[in-house]
Amino acid sequence: MITAPIAKLADALRAKRLSSVELTQGLLDRIDALGPPLNAFLTLDREGALARARAADALRASGRAGPLTGIPIAHKDVLMTAGLKTTCGSRMLEHFVAPYDAFVVQRLAEAGTVLIGKTNMDEFAMGSSNENSYFGPVKNPWNLACVPGGSSGGSAAAVAARLVPGATGTDTGGSIRQPAALTGICGLKPTYGVCSRYGLIAFASSLDTPGVFAQTAQDCALLLNAMAGHDARDSTSLERPTEDYACDLTQPLKGLRIGLPREYFAGGTEAGVIAAIEAALIELRKLGATTVEVSLPNVDLSVPVYYVIAPAEASSNLSRFDGVRFGHRAAKYDDLLDMYKKSRAEGFGAEVKRRILVGTYVLSHGYYDAYYLKAQQVRRLIADDFRRAYEKCDVIIGPTSPTTAFKLGDNTDDPVKMYLNDIFTIAGNLTGAPAMSIPCGFDAHGLPVGVQLQGNYFREAQLLNVAHQYQQVTDWHKRAPTLAGKTRSLPPEGVK
Amino acid sequence: MALSLDDIQRIAHLARIEITPVEAIEVGKKLDGIFELIGRMSAVDTTGIVPMSHAQDVMLPLREDRVTETDRRDAYQSVAPAVRDGLYLVPKVIE
Repeated sequence: MITAPIAKLADALRAKRLSSVELTQGLLDRIDALGPPLNAFLTLDREGALARARAADALRASGRAGPLTGIPIAHKDVLMTAGLKTTCGSRMLEHFVAPYDAFVVQRLAEAGTVLIGKTNMDEFAMGSSNENSYFGPVKNPWNLACVPGGSSGGSAAAVAARLVPGATGTDTGGSIRQPAALTGICGLKPTYGVCSRYGLIAFASSLDTPGVFAQTAQDCALLLNAMAGHDARDSTSLERPTEDYACDLTQPLKGLRIGLPREYFAGGTEAGVIAAIEAALIELRKLGATTVEVSLPNVDLSVPVYYVIAPAEASSNLSRFDGVRFGHRAAKYDDLLDMYKKSRAEGFGAEVKRRILVGTYVLSHGYYDAYYLKAQQVRRLIADDFRRAYEKCDVIIGPTSPTTAFKLGDNTDDPVKMYLNDIFTIAGNLTGAPAMSIPCGFDAHGLPVGVQLQGNYFREAQLLNVAHQYQQVTDWHKRAPTLAGKTRSLPPEGVK
Repeated sequence: MALSLDDIQRIAHLARIEITPVEAIEVGKKLDGIFELIGRMSAVDTTGIVPMSHAQDVMLPLREDRVTETDRRDAYQSVAPAVRDGLYLVPKVIE
């Protein structure tokens, strides 16, 4: 029972078949038994979680429970949590305790969710494999020799291993969708501006987007309902009427027009991935959808554009880590400049430094037009491609990632090879439109494949509708990994 | 485009990151690969294209010019490496 999706757990809590304290304790025990080899959690707040669970049970007893009251969740360690460590996967913030909650953390707490802990991630959300964490890599629960994807690898692995039913992530270039695909779960990146970035430690501010991981599309809708909303403290947060993202889940797909960009099927993607995507398209056609070929002629440029814009914004955002107001300060230095340089050299890992250097260079005197301005112009061309495509279709479907989970260490020597993992996801950040990955099969090695659904601005409910309908006729989202060699230490199913 | 070791050191100085000569060689190789990737966009004709700085074409909001924050200096300084009497301590910069 405790490994069920959020909607089922909520039913059990509502029917008093289960208390939040029982559920939370059960999951904490499960994390103790199965969690260590995955390295998915950086901080576990056992006592705090049980206190929150007791409060949720009390709220329910008083008749004031909401749809998420008592549901345990985890937050990616890039989101600030008051009184709880927020490391961002970095030595720079190894001992940093946030003085306030991020907006989405606050909203999910107000919805009655029970925060269990903080999840591991690539340092400052820069990476596609979770190997850039100062606190060691996360392992993929489907195969411990493989990466879970990144940068939200800890959240993805925790949900995939059924250690928590839902978790937050952030997506700047694919950091929710790619790990969701590689671990066989659902990951949703909403439209930029729908969820406030307040309290999200900034990487690339024009791209950073908070979102969610869960087992099902329905669960993603429930979590997004709690997280979305206007926040005056984020100047890019949008003021829009409150939306119920679960409202269209049960709509039939008859008449849905699916766009298939020819550039997404042009080779370079593993055969096992393409086979699973094509099988998913067959299911969607059976549900009444039609497919139409579309073209995104500039989408191949999204990776180069991203590696100008994201590092440029990162070099600016990360200048705040100077060893003065928070974070690591070197033990020995000669003067102020030396203190900055040594603190940053010691506090940041190799990938973060590389991106700061790239960003510093492209923004430096004489290079701005050739790089940053040019990238912003090509960003416009890419967004225009999508605008034209949506004149012919409602959603765009393709692979989330060109490969399934790769082996730890396989791409660490070649940053460009690592960057190309995000070839299908980055455009969604450049345009700011919503996108999600849902599981759609396995390759020959038993590793999960994710299909990416992209929609026009503010079409989250439609994406969730397509995903939910697909999940009514398939069971890929119900497949969970058996953690090899650890099955005997599994706590018994059900409540202790 | 290949960056010289002097280029690397100049960028690292601008970025306020100390970098050893050995690290500079390794970093240089990786940055060359990254700039080769970035260079792919230079072939595109972008004459007259309005740069897209943001996902939403909306005006950034202005807020009223009044004090809304409470004094949380102690809380914010509790995470600082070195403070005294409400001040952040840094090495002496003025003789």
